[in-house]
Amino acid sequence: MKKRSFMLLSFMLALSLFLSACGGFQKNNESAGEKGNKAADVPQELHVNIKTEPFSLNPGLANDSVSANVLYQTFEGLTRIKDGKPQLAMAESYEVSKDLKTYTFKLRDAKWSNGDPVTAQDFEYAWKWALDPKNQSQYAYQLYYVKNGQAFNEGKAKAEDVGVKAIDEKTLQVTLENPTPYFLELTAFYTYFPVNSKIAQKNPKWYANAGPDYTSNGPFKMTSWEHNNKIVLEKNENYWDAKNVKLTKIDMVMVNDNNTELSMFNNGELDWAGMPTGQLPTDSLPQLKKEGKLHIQPIASVYMFKFNTEKAPLNNVNIRKALAYAIDRKAIVENVTKGEQIPAMAVVPPTMFPENKKGYFKDNDVKKAKEYLQKGLQELGLKDVKDLPPITLSYNTDDAHAKIAQAVQDMWKKNLGIEVKLENAEWAVYIEKLHSGDYQIGRMGWSGDFNDPINFLELFRDKEGGNNDTNWENPKYKQLLIDSQKETDPEKRKELLKQAEAILMDEMPIAPVYFYTNTWVQKDNLKGVEVSGLGDVQFKWAYFE
Amino acid sequence: MSNLSGHILNKTAVKGEEGIWVFSAHIPSFPVKEHLQENGGAGNLLRYISKRLLYMLMSLFLIVTATFFLMRAAPGGPFSSEKQVPPEIEKNLNEYYGLDRPWYIQYVDYLVSVAKWDFGPSFKYKGQTVNDLINEGFPVSFFLGMESLFIAISVGILLGIIAALNHNKWQDYGAMVFAVLGISVPSFIMASVLQYFLAIKLGWFPVARWESLQHTVLPALALAATPTAFIARLTRSSMLEVLSNDYIRTAKAKGLSRRQITVKHAIRNAILPVVTYLGPLSAQILTGSFVIEKIFGIPGLGSHFVTSITNRDYTTIMGVTVFYSILLLLSVLLVDIAYGFIDPRIKLAGGKKGE
Repeated sequence: MKKRSFMLLSFMLALSLFLSACGGFQKNNESAGEKGNKAADVPQELHVNIKTEPFSLNPGLANDSVSANVLYQTFEGLTRIKDGKPQLAMAESYEVSKDLKTYTFKLRDAKWSNGDPVTAQDFEYAWKWALDPKNQSQYAYQLYYVKNGQAFNEGKAKAEDVGVKAIDEKTLQVTLENPTPYFLELTAFYTYFPVNSKIAQKNPKWYANAGPDYTSNGPFKMTSWEHNNKIVLEKNENYWDAKNVKLTKIDMVMVNDNNTELSMFNNGELDWAGMPTGQLPTDSLPQLKKEGKLHIQPIASVYMFKFNTEKAPLNNVNIRKALAYAIDRKAIVENVTKGEQIPAMAVVPPTMFPENKKGYFKDNDVKKAKEYLQKGLQELGLKDVKDLPPITLSYNTDDAHAKIAQAVQDMWKKNLGIEVKLENAEWAVYIEKLHSGDYQIGRMGWSGDFNDPINFLELFRDKEGGNNDTNWENPKYKQLLIDSQKETDPEKRKELLKQAEAILMDEMPIAPVYFYTNTWVQKDNLKGVEVSGLGDVQFKWAYFE
Repeated sequence: MSNLSGHILNKTAVKGEEGIWVFSAHIPSFPVKEHLQENGGAGNLLRYISKRLLYMLMSLFLIVTATFFLMRAAPGGPFSSEKQVPPEIEKNLNEYYGLDRPWYIQYVDYLVSVAKWDFGPSFKYKGQTVNDLINEGFPVSFFLGMESLFIAISVGILLGIIAALNHNKWQDYGAMVFAVLGISVPSFIMASVLQYFLAIKLGWFPVARWESLQHTVLPALALAATPTAFIARLTRSSMLEVLSNDYIRTAKAKGLSRRQITVKHAIRNAILPVVTYLGPLSAQILTGSFVIEKIFGIPGLGSHFVTSITNRDYTTIMGVTVFYSILLLLSVLLVDIAYGFIDPRIKLAGGKKGE
């Protein structure tokens, strides 16, 4: 008996230990956005969900949307995107040389969150740090536009050769590899953000945690970072435009479950649920739409099927066209994805080319598709659809992709009589197969890093390298893209890019399916949140009414 | 699963021991008793433990080796992405993480770092090491796990005893309906139901997250549901068996009160299968449940266990696997030792005095 009471006692002891350990939890009874409060005393505190731990909150290392949506609140580049256009931010003014290759930025009097001045050296340091091969930045290539950026990153040039130079404290000179018409878009991108060089040189791990060494130059500063749990941002009083920042605090929680996110919103624990930081459950979309709560905004991303143009029968352009024309995109968008996505009959999203809402061909054009099929069969010397070599459609394992693939399989069977096998693999396996050309038809989502059509067209410029995957190449297409880099007149440049896109849509190495949209719900009294066409969010101007 | 354990519900007395084996089929466990009996030779507790520790080291070595090679055999790598990293950058990355070296060097490096308990940097979270992930995640999972274990053990045993004492009465049926529900309703559904009623409709608890003690209640309940049901059924069946034994009849004949019989004679023997079940259960529960942690947004270890594999986060996969294995092996050992205390008939070591 003694033994048992001993065990009981030790168990109780252990339990009381745990219970007392939890005294360490801070009490948190404030519920988000208390109701009934009138204008003046509405707490300016925002609660959002960012789903997962960010990869890194060092702008030079970040390569994911979670990190981006934190960094856009805490840091600021030379420019900042508002209403889809770059505005001057850290830069007060800039000059461009005639050949569009040299930019000279004058910085404004801005401070880091600890009071240090933001200097041109901070930019030079940050860019070179990201390009330095020993820092293993996976997004270093975003800086390849800068002269010798790529060479330095590949160990073929020295840091001094890189085309970014602090002339003095407040003057930054940037030399580019080629004329880059969208360079001011790029300077708003996070890889181009500055880093407090004074601190970073002393403490190379400054970005691992919140604390006195984590300084930032944006509207908010990070005051707490509980890994895998929560990030707290507070207003940065040292920000140059602090008078226009109304939120005092942003709680960013990490809950990686769409249903829970919506429940938390319904329960007042979040002020925002859904994209771009989180996601709503697909099944809830029709209901939310009916209740008029759903916000929908198109973004610069396209869902497509890539054709491996070296595998029969997809090496035949008419077969590819037949398949692409025989997809009923409207049905997919209305019945499967349900988020008012835009059927894509082009590759550059309408946020960049508004006329692409219509596209280059008709959606679900079965008649044309059958014609192309006949032509293709003739070219291949086949009599009947049944003689076609077997085709497999691959996708990475996911409910939504599976449903789309099944719908398309059905459409091809019904419209063309082509039987397609489906095959899925887990993401890392799938992407490996796609990159190595071990597939016939494969799904892919592609989004722009910055607001320029080149993001989508460049993908198919070179057969080798990059992320083409289709093995398709066209010299005329390539030349048009090269010419577009040198064209200084925006209208003419757009013309060149449109010609290139027309070639792409005529040769069909891919079948675009739809352009993505962002869907979310938000508190009615929350205003001024800036969701860009790229799907980033900025809370700089946000406030509660 | 429910088919197998349906066995135990069967009114024809199922031997406690069979119960153990039924469970052993789906819970990784040592054939505990056999192990103990093998050890019947001369020796003492200390010797027994050191021998077991040696076995543990060997198992651990095998686990590390198997994980290492399986992991490397899987296609894709930690830097696979739709936006391919330029080859030069990938080369730098591989050099930094030592992925460019031949596999045997990597393997030896790996064994050394496991021995030093330094798993290296995470691929997925820059600036954090795998040790950081474990040190931050495990206390959370552990706390939640203890809370659910406490619920599961106390409620489960209580229900099981009530059911057994009221065999074939409404209490019995009530408890067993509850148990069937607990086993057959998956935890993610249980979690959503709890969230909907207790958080959204009644507003007693927050929907999710890990901030205060209040936040821990719903996930602990959701996590405890299945083990509670298991324990209830185990306790019931072994109680029924024990209650039909001769010595209970003797005790009754002696005129002992029902209370005394239950507490002093029956429970102590009936609890053995539950203790067996506790070993693997606690390892499983303490390292965190991926599903529960995901639904409630809890920063525990369970989510790393799953996401590290999809991310091909090699160092995290290894670190978490080794950590989990050690916990599992240790808890099985602890259970075996606990046997000796609960049932003196089982001798861990020390001659043939045992049964």
